Amino acid sequence: MGIQFRIIVLIGGLGLVLFVFNLVRKRKLRETYSLLWLLTGFVLLFLSIFQDLFWDRFSRLIGIDYPPSALFLIGMGFLFLIVLHYSVALSRLSEQNKELTQEFTILKDEFERLKTKIDGER
Amino acid sequence: MKKVLIIIPAYNEQANISRVIHRIRAVVPDGDILVVDDGSMDATPGIARESGCIVLSLPYNLGYGGALQTGFKYAYKNHYDIVVQMDADGQHDPSCIKDLICALDEGGYDVIIGSRFLGKGDYKTSLIRRVGMLLFGAVASLVIRQRVSDPTSGFQAINSRVIRFFSKGDHYPVDYPDTDVVILLKRAGFRVSEVPVKMHPRASGKGIHDNILGPIFYIFKMFLSILVVLCRKLPKTATDERRKEYKTIDYRL
Repeated sequence: MGIQFRIIVLIGGLGLVLFVFNLVRKRKLRETYSLLWLLTGFVLLFLSIFQDLFWDRFSRLIGIDYPPSALFLIGMGFLFLIVLHYSVALSRLSEQNKELTQEFTILKDEFERLKTKIDGER
Repeated sequence: MKKVLIIIPAYNEQANISRVIHRIRAVVPDGDILVVDDGSMDATPGIARESGCIVLSLPYNLGYGGALQTGFKYAYKNHYDIVVQMDADGQHDPSCIKDLICALDEGGYDVIIGSRFLGKGDYKTSLIRRVGMLLFGAVASLVIRQRVSDPTSGFQAINSRVIRFFSKGDHYPVDYPDTDVVILLKRAGFRVSEVPVKMHPRASGKGIHDNILGPIFYIFKMFLSILVVLCRKLPKTATDERRKEYKTIDYRL
């Protein structure tokens, strides 16, 4: 991996970590959802700094000749994880939404009936 | 006479809840007990209602922080003066409730945290948990410049200003409100203190950190929360003099 590429990855990783941290700080992103993003950023950072220790060994292990391809693979791998995490979170939110909708509907009916009763007693 | 509300978030605690409620009533007969049923699938809400408590049943499981905050919102809406947080599993000894309330009233504090490591009783826990608590306690103590011996204690008493603070806005952590809340309270200008209390090991059932990934996630999330609390702008709270006082302190780590 050339030095220019390493610098780009370093800046990218650092930028990601700082940007995500700032989003959490401003309350735009919840801590729970930021953890995977921060991990991704740190891994990118780590790889750009310590490329010599891992790179050739890792690339050879998974059978890739062109090291930047391995980096893209790792980046994509993390993206898959993040998107999967979001699918799980979405599922949970859908379930909660359903519960709220159902409770609300029943509550609304009880409320209407109560209101009619009170209006009737006036 | 101050209006006291004891908030007990409960999730599937049918084995323990009845005993806990009765023990609390024996100690604080004039206080109200609110059980926040966090989407329990068992008989917890029914048992609590039969024991004469106020029961709020959440439509689904929100987690400990979410359930507790529901209690805070209820306390705020109903003008309670003091809230005592307690666990539904019987770990917190009700005999110490009066200690918490007295320290709050007489000591002029906003928050009293019951610490199990200040001499009263002798609480034994797994090594990993003890190390974790020591670590977070050290971090918290360093950051708020005040000794924090039990950073994860859920046995606390808070006054009406803190009740309001927890009810409004989005700064109360919903996941695992522990150490980051202590730091948040100090940053917001509240007066925090600890008081020795007695705690027992869990009687039965499952705890919150029982799966494998749980503790790892908890540690990372807590460190991140602490970091974020330190870097955030001070929330609008307490009194303005105290906010000004805090602005002059340099928080660069």
